[in-house]
Amino acid sequence: MTETLALPTDDTDPFGPEALEDPAELHATLREAGPVVYLTRYGVYAVARYKHVRAALVDWQDFQSAAGVGLSNFRYERPWRAPSLLLEADPPHHDAPRRVLSGILGPRALRRLREQWFAVADELVGRVLAEPEFDAVPALAEAFPLRVFPDAVGIGREGRENLLPYGDFAFNAFGPGNDLVNRAAPDVPRLSRWVDRQCAREALAADGFGARIWAAADRGDITPDQAPLVVRSLLTAGVDTTVHGLAAVLYAFATNPGQWQRLRERPALTRAAFDEAVRWQSPVQTFFRTATTDTRIGGTTIPGGGKILMFLGAANRDPRRWDRPDEFDLDRDPSGQVGFGMGLHQCVGQHVARLEAEALLTALAHRVTRFELTGPPRRHHNNTLRAWESLPMRARVA
Amino acid sequence: MSANVATLTVAAKDEIAEGVVALTLADPGGARLPDWTPGAHIDVVLPNGMTRQFSLCGDRWDTRVYRIGVLREPHGRGGSAYVHDVLRPGDLVGVGGPRNNFPLVPSAGYLFIAGGIGITPLLPMIHQADLLGAEWNLLYGGRRRASMAFRERLAGYGGRVHLRPEDESGLLDVPAWLGTPRPGVRVYCCGPPPLLAAVQAAFRSWPAHALRTERFTAGAQDAPAREEPFDVELRRSGGTVTVGPDRSVLDAVRRAGADVLSSCRQGTCGTCETTVLDGDPDHRDSILTDHERAANDCMFPCVSRSRTDRLVLDL
Ligand code: HEM
Ligand code: FES
Repeated sequence: MTETLALPTDDTDPFGPEALEDPAELHATLREAGPVVYLTRYGVYAVARYKHVRAALVDWQDFQSAAGVGLSNFRYERPWRAPSLLLEADPPHHDAPRRVLSGILGPRALRRLREQWFAVADELVGRVLAEPEFDAVPALAEAFPLRVFPDAVGIGREGRENLLPYGDFAFNAFGPGNDLVNRAAPDVPRLSRWVDRQCAREALAADGFGARIWAAADRGDITPDQAPLVVRSLLTAGVDTTVHGLAAVLYAFATNPGQWQRLRERPALTRAAFDEAVRWQSPVQTFFRTATTDTRIGGTTIPGGGKILMFLGAANRDPRRWDRPDEFDLDRDPSGQVGFGMGLHQCVGQHVARLEAEALLTALAHRVTRFELTGPPRRHHNNTLRAWESLPMRARVA
Repeated sequence: MSANVATLTVAAKDEIAEGVVALTLADPGGARLPDWTPGAHIDVVLPNGMTRQFSLCGDRWDTRVYRIGVLREPHGRGGSAYVHDVLRPGDLVGVGGPRNNFPLVPSAGYLFIAGGIGITPLLPMIHQADLLGAEWNLLYGGRRRASMAFRERLAGYGGRVHLRPEDESGLLDVPAWLGTPRPGVRVYCCGPPPLLAAVQAAFRSWPAHALRTERFTAGAQDAPAREEPFDVELRRSGGTVTVGPDRSVLDAVRRAGADVLSSCRQGTCGTCETTVLDGDPDHRDSILTDHERAANDCMFPCVSRSRTDRLVLDL
């Protein structure tokens, strides 16, 4: 079939404050308009239905990442930092760094961290619940990953407060050069210098993810000049994502007490609960690709060199794929959700994120019978992340 | 043949050299096949139940087909004879993987050494090295010119390819090629055990890690994959389900109420990893190394199955 559909257009700004505050309406409009929608404001092609988002994600041959997974096209524009060897690379360059990181962050490699992370979560939760009320964003969603992840990578204690602002900027930088980018820009050289210093061999404790990346360079699995950039990928992609992923699952349970009850009755649902929260909130909302040649998606031809904006968040709530998509429901099988991407670039840190979530939720489930919001939750705007500023709550303890 | 996800059709069978056929495998519905990298192999479950491993030698930019080269092995156990004499276009085969124990690492230069059918994993590596603008050479030995597969494909690379048929130029002069270590050069060798031994011997003066090898033999193979249904016991929740050939273990245990999370359903992402308490899984994933497979302590139920009548899972 080579029938060509008229290309619907939309002039909404997906990176404007309204859409970032609540993207649901934009997502529904884009999904209903057609398989592909032209976004006039940026001259890019949007896909928002599950089927087409998933197809674009796995098709690295036609939809490349090396020209940037943000709005900026690296064929014509200079990126703000040296491109990532994973996220912003295509095969064959992508192969070796990916293989190394998949091994270091794979489920079997993480077994050694499990017990320790569960203990840290338990201790943190005990401390937080001693207060009658707390803000779950800083107290749990930020505090837990910041306790375990930098240690697991093996960076020093000094300067860890730079991690969140650096990640926040990196995820903003995938969008247009709007206020969110400009406001943070003056701090970027300082943040980048700090992050780059943490990636050096000398800066990394023995036996952490970072040291293992350097060991891979010593074995020749990657080159020595690739090692610091692979470490940088962890420091960029591994912190803010899990913070907002954990915030998403805490928000989900605070607003769905029946589901929390269900989780407590059936702890085996813990892993699925986190993936369901990742589906429901999609902490990473969007990524771009660039068409390598004229490529058809659902009856529309994307011209070679054109940018495609994939709405992971919209795909994860596409009623064509999910029943009652707007409900957070532990009885659903969230398998196949695209919040971690799919295919060649699928999140290499997903097992790390899931282990963090399992540790934190398990510690909470041991003690908390019910969460209640004590004030209005507040979003944090970011061009890529569905993020949180504040989740004031109280926890009833068993 | 099982109607699970990894059943492919023989789309073409071509004799490409004396005693060598190339098979083209495709999804019966034309679906995209799982990704792979140069050096990867697949497990092929033949209609007679034998399982054999073959290196992928096609083009990873072509998402619809896998290509493998199969040498007739007169002293093999019958798998290659079956492929040569019985298997026909249109037949279905089971496929596990792809898996890669022989990955290409980044380097400014490569020396590829192939013995006979050992050329197959090196072909995509050569393509890739060329694409990256690396300095590379191929030393390719075989019995007779006519028995050396993929000569036409290699002809396009000109002077970088050094064909050495034994009846014209004798055994490969490995010491001459490996005499002095060259910094920045990695050596990839695939062929029969005597060739690997010669390469290893000549390699002593080179830095560690500069050599990567894969042995090509018709050697020991696993027990045949089973077609009969098997039972899966869910130890923690206490049920047992029977898994027939047209359903995955993942679907079966989920239907029995186990909360197994999955994502890729291709044995690549690792999400569905499940602890095995008893029984021998028939591993079809792209994740575990041979060593990890042999431990039989975990499996990926989205693609892997059972060799034994009963599997006991920690679910
Ligand atoms: C809930 C938490 C997380 C979410 C929602 C998430 C989401 C994603 C998504 C959607 C992609 C695919 C990008 C693409 O297709 O272009 C991705 C890739 C990636 N993620 Fe995550 N991520 C999370 C946690 C982590 C963690 C903890 C790490 C590090 C330990 C990490 C490291 C990476 C890296 C390095 C890539 C690039 C992989 C590649 O291109 O091959 N992520 N992530
Ligand atoms: S679901 Fe990805 S390995 Fe099984």
